[in-house]
Amino acid sequence: MMDELLSGLLKSIADMDDIPTVGAYNIRRDGEGMVRRSTETVEITPKTDKPGIDIRVSPYAKADKVHIPVVITKPGVNDLVYNDFFIGEGAEVEIVAGCGIHNSGCETSEHDGIHRFFIGKNAKLRYVEKHYGEGDGTGGRILNPTTIVEMGENSVCEMEMVQIRGVDSTKRETTAKLEKGAKLTVVERLMTHGDQVAHSNMEVRLDGEGASAQIISRSVAKDNSEQVFYPRAVGNAPCHAHVQCDSIIMDGAHIRSIPEIAANHCDAQIVHEAAIGRINNDQLIKLCTLGLSEAEAEAIIIEGFLK
Amino acid sequence: MLELQHIFFQVEDSKGELGILNDVSFTLEENRFLVITGPNGGGKSTLARIIMGIEKPTGGKILYNGQDITDLSVTERARLGIGYAFQQPPRFKGLTVRRLLSLAHGSDLPEDECCAYLTNVGLCSQEYLNREVDASLSGGEVKRIEIASLMARELGVAIFDEPEAGIDLWSFAMLVESFKMLCRGRHKSVILISHQERIMQLADEIIVVADGKIRSQGSKEEIFPELLGEFSQSCGFRGKEAAAQ
Repeated sequence: MMDELLSGLLKSIADMDDIPTVGAYNIRRDGEGMVRRSTETVEITPKTDKPGIDIRVSPYAKADKVHIPVVITKPGVNDLVYNDFFIGEGAEVEIVAGCGIHNSGCETSEHDGIHRFFIGKNAKLRYVEKHYGEGDGTGGRILNPTTIVEMGENSVCEMEMVQIRGVDSTKRETTAKLEKGAKLTVVERLMTHGDQVAHSNMEVRLDGEGASAQIISRSVAKDNSEQVFYPRAVGNAPCHAHVQCDSIIMDGAHIRSIPEIAANHCDAQIVHEAAIGRINNDQLIKLCTLGLSEAEAEAIIIEGFLK
Repeated sequence: MLELQHIFFQVEDSKGELGILNDVSFTLEENRFLVITGPNGGGKSTLARIIMGIEKPTGGKILYNGQDITDLSVTERARLGIGYAFQQPPRFKGLTVRRLLSLAHGSDLPEDECCAYLTNVGLCSQEYLNREVDASLSGGEVKRIEIASLMARELGVAIFDEPEAGIDLWSFAMLVESFKMLCRGRHKSVILISHQERIMQLADEIIVVADGKIRSQGSKEEIFPELLGEFSQSCGFRGKEAAAQ
C-alpha cells in the first residue's frame, strides 16, 4: 500500500513503519486524505466546509495512540488544513502529528496546519509534532503551523514540537489559554542549516488559579540560518510559569531570543531564562579525550542537546 | 612507556612571560603507578593537560612508546591509548551516563558492565544509568562518573587529575580500593595527581612538582618520609579529609 517515498517520510515524522494496526489514524498526502480509521473512542471525521479533520476523543476514554501525519511528495503543492481536536473530559490520549515534505522539483511546496485543541476538564493530552523536509529540488519547503490550545480545569497537556532538518522556512504561531489548575508543558526543538529561516511566536495565558506552564526551547543554528524566538507567558491569576530558551550558535548563523513575561496578579510567579552560545570547548575536549574527532564530538553534543 | 623531555610551558601576561613549567623531564615505565603531588598552582594540572595534548608545550618533546607525540592532537593521543579524567568534568545536556561510558569504551556497553563501573566508583548503578550527565548531578556525582569513564577504557596511560576532589570521605576510602583494583588490571600505567596521603600510598613512584619544576622524584619509600616531614611542619599538602582523619 505504501511506496518507498511515503514510508520514508512517515518513518521520519511519525516513527511509523506501516499503517498502524491499532488506534485511530488519518494520513493526508498531497492535499488529500489518503486513509482514515476511527475507533470506538476516537472519531475522525473530515470537515465539510474546509479542508481538514475533526478528532473527537470520548470522555473518560483511555485511547490508543492516534496518528495524523501529513506528507507532501510533489513539488508545487500548497496545502492548508484546519484540524480541530476535542479531548473529552477525563480522557487520556497521545496524538502523533507531523509533516514531511519531499520536494525534488523547482516549485515551492507548502503546508500550513491550523490546529485547535479543546482539552476538557481533567483530560490528559500528549501531542508530538515533527517537521521534516527532504529532496534535492530547488523548490522551497515551507511549513507554517498555527497551534491554539484551550485547556479546561485541571487538564494536562504536553506538547513536543520538533523540526530537525530540511525545512527552508517556518513561521510558528502558538497560543494557549489555561484554566484553573491546568498544566502545560511545551518543548520545542529546532535545528536550522543552510539559509533556513525559523520564527516561533508563542503566547501562554495563565488565567486560572493554580495553572502552571513550562516552555522549553532548545535550538541549534548552523551555516547562515536564522532563528527568532518570542515566547511570552502572561500570568492573570496565582500561577507558575517558566520560560527557558537555550540555543547553540555555529558558523555564520543568527539567533534572536526574546522571552517575555508579564504578571497581572500579585501571586503570579513567572521566570524566564535565555542563553545563546557556541558549543562548550570543555565538552568538545572531553569527547576528544575519548578518541572522537572534533566533528564526531560536535555531532554527539548537538544530538544530546536536541534530544 | 611515556617520556617527557625538557618540557616548558610559558604564557604571557601583563607583567611579561610567566613560566608555568620550567624544564620538566621524567620517564614513566610500563605498569607503573605514578603520583604527582605538590602545592596548588605548582603546575601539576598543566603537566597532565600537556601529556593529553589539551595544552601545547612551548618547548620540549613528549615520546610515547618511542613515538614523538608532541604535535599530535587530543584525539590522536586518545586513540594511541592515553586517557585523562578532568579535575572539573564538563556536563552534557541530553547525554546519559550509559552513553558516555559506551563512548569511552568505544562500543555499546552492556548494562551489567556499565553497572560494574558505576558500582566501583560508589554509585548505585540502576539509578544513574539513564540519567543525563547534566546540571542535575552534584559535583561529586559528575566526578565519579568521570572516573568511571576512564575505567571503562583500556589505556596505555591513564591520567587522573585530583580524583578525590569533591568526593566525601566515606566514598573516598572505597574509591581508593577501586583504584587499587581496577587501574592495575586495565591500564598499563597510571598517573594520578593528588594531595592525599592514602592515594600516595598506592604509588610506585612519587614526583613532587613545585614552582613549575620537579622538586623531588623517587620511589614511594624515598619520597613519602620527606613529604610526611613536611606535613608535620605544615598542613599545606593535606586535604581537609586527610586532616580530619
